[in-house]
Amino acid sequence: MTTCPHCPTDNWPELERGYRAMLPGDVLAFIDGNRDREHSESLLIATLHMVQDHFGHLGPGHLEAVAQLMQIPLAKVTGVATFYHYFRLQPRGRYLINVCLGTACYVKGAEKVAQKLMDELGIHFGETSKDGVFSLESTRCVGTCGLAPVVMIGEEVHGPLTPGQVPALLETYLARAAEEMAKV
Amino acid sequence: MSQMINLTIDGETILVPAGTTVMDAAERLGIHIPRLCYHPNLSLEGSCRVCVVQVEGFDHCLASCATTAWEGMEVQTNSPVIRQARRDIVELLLDNHPKDCQTCDRDGVCELQNLAYRLGVRERHFEGRRKQFPVDDSGASVVRNAEKCILCGRCIRVCDEIQGVANLSQHGRGFTTVVGPANLAPMDESACIQCGQCVSVCPTAAFLEQDHTERVWEALGHPRTEKHVVATTAPAIRAALGEAFGLPVGTPVTGKMVTALRRMGFDAVFDVNFSADLTVMEEAHELLKRMEGGGPLPLLTSCSPGWVSFLEKFYPELIPHMSSCKSPMQMQSTLIKSYYAQQKGLDPQNIYVVSVMPCVAKKFEAARPEHTLDGRPTTDAVVTTRELAQMIKSYGIDFTRLPDGEFDHPLGTSSGAADIFGATGGVMEAALRTAAFKLTGRNLGNLELTEVRGAAGEIREASVTLAGRTLNVAVANGLQNAKVLLDAVKRGEKEYHLIEIMACPGGCICGGGQPYPPIGSYTMNRDLAKGRARALYGIDSGKTLRCSHDNPDVQKLYEALLDEPLSPKAHSLLHTHYTARTPRGIR
Repeated sequence: MTTCPHCPTDNWPELERGYRAMLPGDVLAFIDGNRDREHSESLLIATLHMVQDHFGHLGPGHLEAVAQLMQIPLAKVTGVATFYHYFRLQPRGRYLINVCLGTACYVKGAEKVAQKLMDELGIHFGETSKDGVFSLESTRCVGTCGLAPVVMIGEEVHGPLTPGQVPALLETYLARAAEEMAKV
Repeated sequence: MSQMINLTIDGETILVPAGTTVMDAAERLGIHIPRLCYHPNLSLEGSCRVCVVQVEGFDHCLASCATTAWEGMEVQTNSPVIRQARRDIVELLLDNHPKDCQTCDRDGVCELQNLAYRLGVRERHFEGRRKQFPVDDSGASVVRNAEKCILCGRCIRVCDEIQGVANLSQHGRGFTTVVGPANLAPMDESACIQCGQCVSVCPTAAFLEQDHTERVWEALGHPRTEKHVVATTAPAIRAALGEAFGLPVGTPVTGKMVTALRRMGFDAVFDVNFSADLTVMEEAHELLKRMEGGGPLPLLTSCSPGWVSFLEKFYPELIPHMSSCKSPMQMQSTLIKSYYAQQKGLDPQNIYVVSVMPCVAKKFEAARPEHTLDGRPTTDAVVTTRELAQMIKSYGIDFTRLPDGEFDHPLGTSSGAADIFGATGGVMEAALRTAAFKLTGRNLGNLELTEVRGAAGEIREASVTLAGRTLNVAVANGLQNAKVLLDAVKRGEKEYHLIEIMACPGGCICGGGQPYPPIGSYTMNRDLAKGRARALYGIDSGKTLRCSHDNPDVQKLYEALLDEPLSPKAHSLLHTHYTARTPRGIR
């Protein structure tokens, strides 16, 4: 083949630089170290775990960088990332709200509390509020059935809760977030 | 010799080689087990469960496509249990599917609809939640409608295994599983190369081409003084259009196609073949010039827009190897709005060019910004063979009884070399006929270079000696094959002068816009590709004019306008450029 030594059309070196800049060193080392191994594509899930451990979630740019550097089609990467419950595609808020939907809480009206949280925050389970303060998740029994219905915010347990108490509860965390932000 | 095994299917015993699936064994007995996700040219998926059978000793049903027969196996394909299971499976698919068959694009050619009819599903016993997804009709070529998707995975497999693009995947899980490009991005922002093979293999209407028929009807509705509407047809249309009207595969219908277009009201009916001849002239000279001037070689053909997109996204470093020739479609449209407009004294702004193409990617090509004239696309509309067939039917034309018509001149004259452009190896053969003439001063004694005539899914190599020089050439169809070939060239294992690549398996005759094969047959079927190719090679061998350089109207065009191949004038009208695109494909 007659080669074209300084081919101006090859966009790979520039793209590769950009993709490498998106991932932390340990992930790059992991990908580079396994590149020549047989079936290295089977390390996709392990790689995604590392990326999520580092960033707290898998953003579109992270997924694209993983796809390109591991040379796995991006559609397959996003297919895997959306299949497993463990992978988060949105950044996690400062406070994670876990609504217990276990039997006791459910019977005591957890669903109404959850609905009130969704209405107040404008998000569904698995999502993060626009201001980045809250993420909403559901969970099964947290072992404090006597307090049902229970909501955990961060490591703190709140209960028994009524939908009416939700706005004030969120306010205290918003105030705390503002205070912490001001210190930084 | 492979080991043989005995099994019994519906009480009949049959001897088959070990490794045969139950589905294939049944086929040998003349038992056609209903199926949906199965495709003979793709890997096994086993996801639809329609092909289930009962096997002695098992209390659950087995998928016959994915079950290998064993010695002494006893299979029932039509027991009451199986018949009920199969109907339930199809009913469940239907329940989660829009109930709009009458107004659906695939009405009458839908595998799901046909299956439900054939299995006698006349009632719906299940009424549940139905999945809801927005339609992505933002793409220039391919429309994705996930509500019609039955998750058979054929599109995912063809995109990955045959085209090497792997742009589609299942996203999410359970009830909300949806097939689409990465992040469910709009088609044209994904790695999609617009070939439309997903449209070809989809059993329902989950993938379709972007409809251009409405805009063509609109143009034809204008008073003739306002708009001059021109149709121009690709080589592969004449080889397949007849199938949509019940004619046998391989029936050439050039004359009827011309008459139908004229009856529909087109002011002129031209043949993209003319510009195929012109492409050969330019490309053969480009090859000879590169051979004399030191490269870059191999020269890569540039007719197939799916392949062009693939190069730009997957192998951008090879762009300098690409022929700078526009595709025949774009050459033809450019000439209609310049050469022909001048001859007829027409304002190019009032000319409306409709290209009839076997190709879905041509719609994307027509929308590329470099193919514009005074701010308007040079090609105004691209209709696929399927869309043309639908237009002819809706016009009420009895196609099979039409008399033969003739193309208009000057952009309707063509050599046999242009006809074979539609089949894999055809561009190569046409180019070699003209290169031989340029090198030796006379036409080849035997014009039929069968060594480059390949089959669907094949890579072919040949060496041709012309005037003491040996030309090494290669032909690939299906982009996974193109990958194999290009990687071998990049590693320095192979050295070629000219490589022809067509995106679709079998070439344009099996393009993403060709008529759906009849129910029970499949795209990429070898007999289908062979039959359509036979039609084109038959037209070629029946012509006296068989070399592009002998086309008198092409010669006149050079005299009147272009001077000579690769002249500055030819460059400004007939050549183009390419650009590296993102997202970059994974190869």
